[in-house]
Formats: sequence, structure tokens, C-alpha cells
Amino acid sequence: MADRLAMLGQWALNRLSALGSFVLLFFSLLSLMGQVLRRGRLIAAQTHFLGNHSLAIILVSGLFVGLVLGLQGYYTLRRYGSEEALGLLVALSLVRELGPVVTALLFAGRAGTALTAEIGLMKAGEQLSAMEAMAVDPLSRVLGPRLIGGALAMPILAILFSAVGVFGGWLIGVGMIGVDPGAFWSQMSEGVDFWDDVVNGIVKSVVFGLVVTQVALYMGYASKPTPEGVSRATTLTVVVGSLSVLGLDFILTALMFGGL
Amino acid sequence: MNPAPSAVLSFQEVTFGYGASVVIDRLTLAVPRGQVLAIMGGSGVGKTTLLRLMAGLVTPQSGRVEAFGQALSVKDRQALYAARRRMGLLFQFGALFTDLSCFENVAFPLREHCTLPESMIRDLVLLKLESVGLRGAAALMPSQISGGMARRVALARAIALDPELILYDEPFAGLDPISLGVTARLIRRLNDALGASSVVVTHDVAETFLIADQVAVLAPTPTGARLVAMGTPAALQASDDPYLRQFLKGEEQGPVAFHYPAPDIAQAFDLNGTPSGH
Repeated sequence: MADRLAMLGQWALNRLSALGSFVLLFFSLLSLMGQVLRRGRLIAAQTHFLGNHSLAIILVSGLFVGLVLGLQGYYTLRRYGSEEALGLLVALSLVRELGPVVTALLFAGRAGTALTAEIGLMKAGEQLSAMEAMAVDPLSRVLGPRLIGGALAMPILAILFSAVGVFGGWLIGVGMIGVDPGAFWSQMSEGVDFWDDVVNGIVKSVVFGLVVTQVALYMGYASKPTPEGVSRATTLTVVVGSLSVLGLDFILTALMFGGL
Repeated sequence: MNPAPSAVLSFQEVTFGYGASVVIDRLTLAVPRGQVLAIMGGSGVGKTTLLRLMAGLVTPQSGRVEAFGQALSVKDRQALYAARRRMGLLFQFGALFTDLSCFENVAFPLREHCTLPESMIRDLVLLKLESVGLRGAAALMPSQISGGMARRVALARAIALDPELILYDEPFAGLDPISLGVTARLIRRLNDALGASSVVVTHDVAETFLIADQVAVLAPTPTGARLVAMGTPAALQASDDPYLRQFLKGEEQGPVAFHYPAPDIAQAFDLNGTPSGH
């Protein structure tokens, strides 16, 4: 019994200390932002790299999510005779929830794992130590630009996801089922508020971008420099990254739209 | 013991370990200016740890590491980075940045620490690559060159800023005889040409004795590695210290046992048991 208690305590302590190092790394990166922001070229390269990495999967997923939303939305709305609201339903679901959340989940699986493996292998190959030995801080040279890159790429990807999703909804609703195109677009443009819906959605995706990228960077940076260590870290990136996104989404939704 | 004033880097009573196990036990050592100091010892004795202490990559549990007359401490990051800019560290496997070409690897410290026009960076990088014989490999990626070549590119990178102190971690490990001789002479030549001081961590006796001015030998003890001898190669070869003799001649019999501690062999193979009924 005492052994089990000790093990539980040890487990809790390990988790807590990992959380502590995670937060510490985040604040170290924040404190280096002045130096990092001067590396414009590296930030641009990382934004491009991370964005490009996930672009195809985001566009394809966005289209399918839009198609499904169009179908399911139509069947539900028809019961109440309000098929014209299909555009509004598709757009609001995407812009407020599905765009930021699904993009972040896909980003964690696609770009996040790549980041973790890259940092973990750099560590295993002593590249980070070599950088330290050359008096270059790996946090400001390697991790910092990637964090900003992730935070910049995510909202762009989420906007593209939502845009392609709306197109998918239109394809099903207007193109195949025959909902009136005028009603589809006008309901959407009347019902979607730029600040309340679009901007809040973008704020969500910036937060998700920061969190997922930070999780990916931390997992790689803290990984054991062995094949097992890097593979474990990559898995953890997806698990912890996805759970953080879903948990944070609930909190952010409650804060942003809770009054409705 | 106070280190000589001409020492580039010195250890005073340095103790270091991972957790409870002590790797290095109260070591006092000085790297003489302008010379090639070889640090030798068997595998696992803590030679690489020693090098990491010298570069300030790890901090001693007690004692003091001084480089260029200033104490190295992770607490004073600026001083630490200033000291590291005057050092070049060659990792055992080179540790080249795999996403950059050989040229960009060597250019890395120049781009990070100097604001030089592109044409001057190009000239400097090609000169450094020329000095290790790899100017022709400038455009190649690290994955396209052999391990020995990667180490030479890493050496060009380590000397890019003309360091006053060059640290080599096992520069001879896994090299073929030709690369071995080339690398050894290169270490000597670079040291003299740059007017630098060098520390070579190795267990390769023959090559090291050809190029080193001073040799320090570490021996494992149950409480961590200790310095057993330091002197010129000739002086060490004349010594009759039993560990030194075993190490330099590669003998199986001596203070260092070939066998890892194990239970009695008769017990392990059950030779003392009663004979079976056949």
C-alpha cells in the first residue's frame, strides 16, 4: 500500500515538474522574443514551412467537413422548413468551432510531430549542444522562430479550412440539393458577425497555434536523445497537443460566447 | 595548487557527477598556453564530461573552472558566451547541422556573431574549408559526406572565429589509418598556425604521443576519475606507474580488471552442485 502511494506521489511529482519545465520553457522563449523577432528571415521560413506542411491535409479535410455539414445541416433544417439558413449554419459552425479546432488537431498531427522529431533528432545528434558551444542560444535560434511560425501559420490555415468548408457546404446545399443560392449567401452574410464570430475564431486559432507548437517544441526539447525517446515524444505531442486544444476550446468558447 | 599564470583554462578541485555517482573527483588541471594537451583515459572514465565542463556546457558540483582568467558559470550567461566565442569545440561525431550545407555550417558562427558582407563570409568559409582540405565539398550536405569528412567540416566550423582554445572530443575515434594521420597532423598544424591552445580528449596512444606537448592521464577510481599523471609523452613512457604502464601498453593484466565485477564463476555455472545421477 505504502509502495503504491509512493509511486502515485512520484508520478504526480514527475507530472508537476514536467508542467513546470513546460511553463518555464514558454517564459524563457517569451523573454527572448526581442532577439527572436530580429530573425525575420528564419520566422518567415518557418511560417512557410509549417504552413506548407499542413496545407494539403487542411484543404482536403476542410472540403469534406463542409460537405458533411451541408448534408447533415440540410436534413435537420428541413424539418423546421428553414433550409435557407443552411449557409448560416455551415459558416457559423466552421468559423467559430470546426475551423480553429480541426485545423489545430490536424496541425498537431502533421506539423507538430515533424517539429518534435526534428528538435529531438537535433538534440540526439548533439546539434543543440554544438550551437550552445558556439555561443548561440538554441532557444532563440531554433525554438523561438518555430513558435512564432506556428502561431502565424495556424490562423491562416484555419481561415483556409473555413473558406474551403463553406465552399463544400455550398457545393452540397446549392449545387446538389438545390437550396436557393441567394438565401444561402444572404443569410450567411447577415448572420455572421465579423468581430463576434470571425475575429474570435481567429483569436482561438492563434492561441491553439501557440499551444500546439509550444507542446511540440517542449516534447522535442525534453525528449531523451534515443530512438525510443524521440518516438515517445512524437506520440506525446499528438496526445497532449490534441487534448490541450480540446480543453482550451471549451474554456475559450465559454469566455467568448458564454453570454449567448 | 595555483595554476600557472600562462594557463588558458584551469580546473581547481573540480568535482562533477550525475546524481549520486561522481564522475570526476577533485580534479586540478591547467591547459598551458600555445600547447597541445592530450587528456587520456579508458572508455567511460569521464573524458567527454571533462570537455563539457571546459566549454561550460555543464557546471561542476564543486570547484572552479576558469577560462581566459574568468570563472565559467551558467549564472553569468553573458560571460559564459563571451568565453565560448573564444573557444572552438569539436564534437565526437561532428554534430553538423543536417539541414545546412557544409558551406553554411562553417558560415554559421560567422553569420551569428559578426556582421560581415557576404563576399567576405564566402572567402573566410572557403579558407577554413581549404585548411581542412574540403573546399571542394562546400556545396555538399552533411548526409552526402563520410564520417571522417563530417568531422573535418565540423573542425572548420570550430575554427571559423579563430579561437584561442580548441577542444577536441575523441577526434581519432573510428577513423581509418589515413584519416587518422591526417587528422593528427591537422590538429598540430592548426594549433601552431592559429597560435591557439588545444585540448585533445582521446584514448589513441600512438597518434596522441606524436602530436601532444603534454599528456594528462585519468584513471577511474570508485569515487570518480582522478588525474594519475601529467607530463610530456617521453616522461610518461618512462614512468613505472602500474596503471600508466597497463594503459599505454594495452595490457590485460594490471590495476584495471578485464572482467566487470560478477559473482563467482563456479556458482554462475552451478559447478559446485551435486553431480547428476548419470
